[in-house]
Amino acid sequence: MTNLILFYFFAGLAVLGGVLVVTMRNAVHSAVFLITSLLATAGLYLTLNAEFLFVVQIILYVGGIMVLFVFVIMLVNLDVALHQVQFNRQTWVAGLLSFALLAELLAALALARSSSTGMQLLPAPHVPAASVQGNTEQIGTLLFQNYVIPFEIASILLLVALVGAVVMGKKRI
Amino acid sequence: MIPTSHYVVVSLLLFTTGVIGVLTRRNVIIILMSIELILNAVNINLVAFSRLVGSVEGQAFAIFIITDAAAEAAVGLGIIIAFFRNRETVLADEMDILKW
Repeated sequence: MTNLILFYFFAGLAVLGGVLVVTMRNAVHSAVFLITSLLATAGLYLTLNAEFLFVVQIILYVGGIMVLFVFVIMLVNLDVALHQVQFNRQTWVAGLLSFALLAELLAALALARSSSTGMQLLPAPHVPAASVQGNTEQIGTLLFQNYVIPFEIASILLLVALVGAVVMGKKRI
Repeated sequence: MIPTSHYVVVSLLLFTTGVIGVLTRRNVIIILMSIELILNAVNINLVAFSRLVGSVEGQAFAIFIITDAAAEAAVGLGIIIAFFRNRETVLADEMDILKW
């Protein structure tokens, strides 16, 4: 029961934050609500017993990426931007199509739940037995044994992004 | 135990919100934030299904996605700063240098 209440709290907060990110006029407000949404998502990870991702989400997303966003908003902050039209001309079409997409995906989900070949073939949710290994240990083992090469590729990607960001930040490009 | 479909619905809602943001906003920074929302929706799905099948592989994938999001944000924001220095605008529909 407590679980369910926590879930609805975090889920509502995440979705509400997301909607406010898209609708706010001021980019700084959008960033603040994005932080709310990301923190709520971290809470959702906690309800899924993913403690390591919970910490990674807070440190990396909220502490790293969002700080970058806020910095850039401050750098390019234009008072004129606040008084301009915030939505482009295709807004109505795009909104309509997006809701059609949402309806389609929800219908697909409902269909998968009701059909015998859908989700019911998957095993029932595992109750995480008090395993010998903690969540962090399990992920670490997986990352450094089965997924070493993807891990290294990810580090090269980060290096490339680092160089790219430095090049983009140069005075003359 | 919360059913996995609940998490999928939350993820769908976040995903749609992000798509609407990408398609309708004019401010490039907010478009990038909407992309972050979409990536988060994917992550929720991955973690929820990883619990459903009882392994942590989905969580490992989610970590890779977070890495990608960090790289994307760094390069994207760098491009925005470089563009802003040249054109004094952050509106997506005014970025038309390549238009003939």
